[in-house]
Amino acid sequence: MRRLSLGKYALPVYSVIAIIYLMIPIAYTFVFSFNNSLKTNLIWRGFTFDKWINVCQQQGVCEAFGNSILIGVVSTVLATTLGTMIAIALVRYRFKFRSFVSLLIFLPMATPEVVLGAGLASQFFSMGAAKGIGTIIIAHVMFCMSFVVVTVKARVASLDPALEEAGRDLYGSPAQVFWKITFPLLMPGILSAALLSFALSFDDFIITNFNSGPAMTFPKYVYTAAARGIPAEANVVGSGVFLLAIAIVVTIQVRSSLRSRRLARQG
Amino acid sequence: MAFAAFGHGGGGGAAAPATPTKKSKVALFLLLPGLIYLGLFFMTPLISLIITSLEVPDGSGVMGSYAYGFAIENYGKVVTEFWPQISHSFGYALIATVAALLISYPLAYFIGVKARRFPLIQGLMLTLVIAPFFISFLLRTFAWKQIFSNDSVAVQFLQQVGILGPHDYLVGTPFMVIFGLTYNFIPFMTLPLYSILERLDIRLLEAGSDLYATPATTFRKITLPLTAPGIISGTLLTFIPIAGDYVNASGDFLGGTKTAMIGNVVESRFLVLNDYPTASALSVLLMGVILLLVGFYAKRSGTEDLL
Repeated sequence: MRRLSLGKYALPVYSVIAIIYLMIPIAYTFVFSFNNSLKTNLIWRGFTFDKWINVCQQQGVCEAFGNSILIGVVSTVLATTLGTMIAIALVRYRFKFRSFVSLLIFLPMATPEVVLGAGLASQFFSMGAAKGIGTIIIAHVMFCMSFVVVTVKARVASLDPALEEAGRDLYGSPAQVFWKITFPLLMPGILSAALLSFALSFDDFIITNFNSGPAMTFPKYVYTAAARGIPAEANVVGSGVFLLAIAIVVTIQVRSSLRSRRLARQG
Repeated sequence: MAFAAFGHGGGGGAAAPATPTKKSKVALFLLLPGLIYLGLFFMTPLISLIITSLEVPDGSGVMGSYAYGFAIENYGKVVTEFWPQISHSFGYALIATVAALLISYPLAYFIGVKARRFPLIQGLMLTLVIAPFFISFLLRTFAWKQIFSNDSVAVQFLQQVGILGPHDYLVGTPFMVIFGLTYNFIPFMTLPLYSILERLDIRLLEAGSDLYATPATTFRKITLPLTAPGIISGTLLTFIPIAGDYVNASGDFLGGTKTAMIGNVVESRFLVLNDYPTASALSVLLMGVILLLVGFYAKRSGTEDLL
């Protein structure tokens, strides 16, 4: 009997410990964003809101953050568009070289970032292209696209073809059927793909480091600063983005659970 | 190399031969832009990497200037010169992947199976598992460095207890690098495990215990085989990025001079020393080993499953 009850609690207790372990560095980063630090942020010197209020006074942090947002938005729009088109084609159409296309989509995800980064950099080098924000965006669209395909593909596959058939039966043109039926139904999948793509782009360091030249992004700023100690303002940016992202995820979850409850009540 | 076989023709040629039906024209229109993009910025760079890996110094003595060549011996050179770093990459990746699997499986089992009756707890825990994705992994890795820095409470405690000698520290050791790698990639292991455990039919487990199987036997004969696809994709999703990582092993983060991995060499050779052939040969080598591994898995489970 005793062993049974021990077993009953072991797994939940373990899971809570594992989650706490995952949270430790996040909590550390958050707490040290309130540190009244001097140049480096190694020792606790007392609580202050100062770094949150005057984030941009630390040279380069806000500029790097702005670049990361710009790169993330442009890459996400491009990668989501190209990836969604491929996902629709993969699920809805039969064509030759299907397995080749699948392989070409899969391979970038199976390639270590350092290989992707060095490969692109050597290509830009041999082309004589100047590295900067443009080359970072080219790189980010490339590695985000496959993740978009995988995410949207699942949504397309779960779509009921009868809905589109009904649209065609009612004399909807192919364009009307797509924009009035297919696209709105795919929207949740496209949105989550876009969110994933933005998160991947925003947090990417390795590929960016190879293809950025003089351009600064937020992860690159943190990496460069690590040699002398990361300033508290970087913790502020990291924590701020974290809080915003959590807020978005919780909102989406609450809204979808409310909707499914509403649908359950109606059904 | 597998990708050399696919390389000729680049991206554009890939989807070009179309059957003359209306449908495949639409498919072509949908596929072509993305495939051309991947051809230009994924396939061509890989080929460019292979070409660069075979180059030789052009004799001008200018740093970073090389001439086309067919120096296969470049590969032999990098293997002998960087054998420690190569073995670190795959050794650390192997240990960290196994550690991540052992840590993640019970956690994913709890969230996916035991927490099913409590959707709120399930949602909350899942959000917390992906939460690390929302904060820069460089900041998180640096936080571990601070937490285990030489004069930290944690290290002082370990020294007093006697686990660490009075002059032993954690930062800069292989242990710390593997610790950081494991931590950073646990969500990549937990999520695929969760998504397969969430769909596990509990009645099969009940059937096992009804037939007097011990919990261990039920796990080994039922749960483990049914969740194998999750283990496979989780293993790939952690092993591949870990083998190529160089942030954790970098001296500014958790590593030191004795923990360098392939990525550290590629970074310094490519971006600092402009020694492109060496950097490229190491990258192609890394890619080759990963492709062998992926090919082995794909043969067992099919590429469609991997996607």
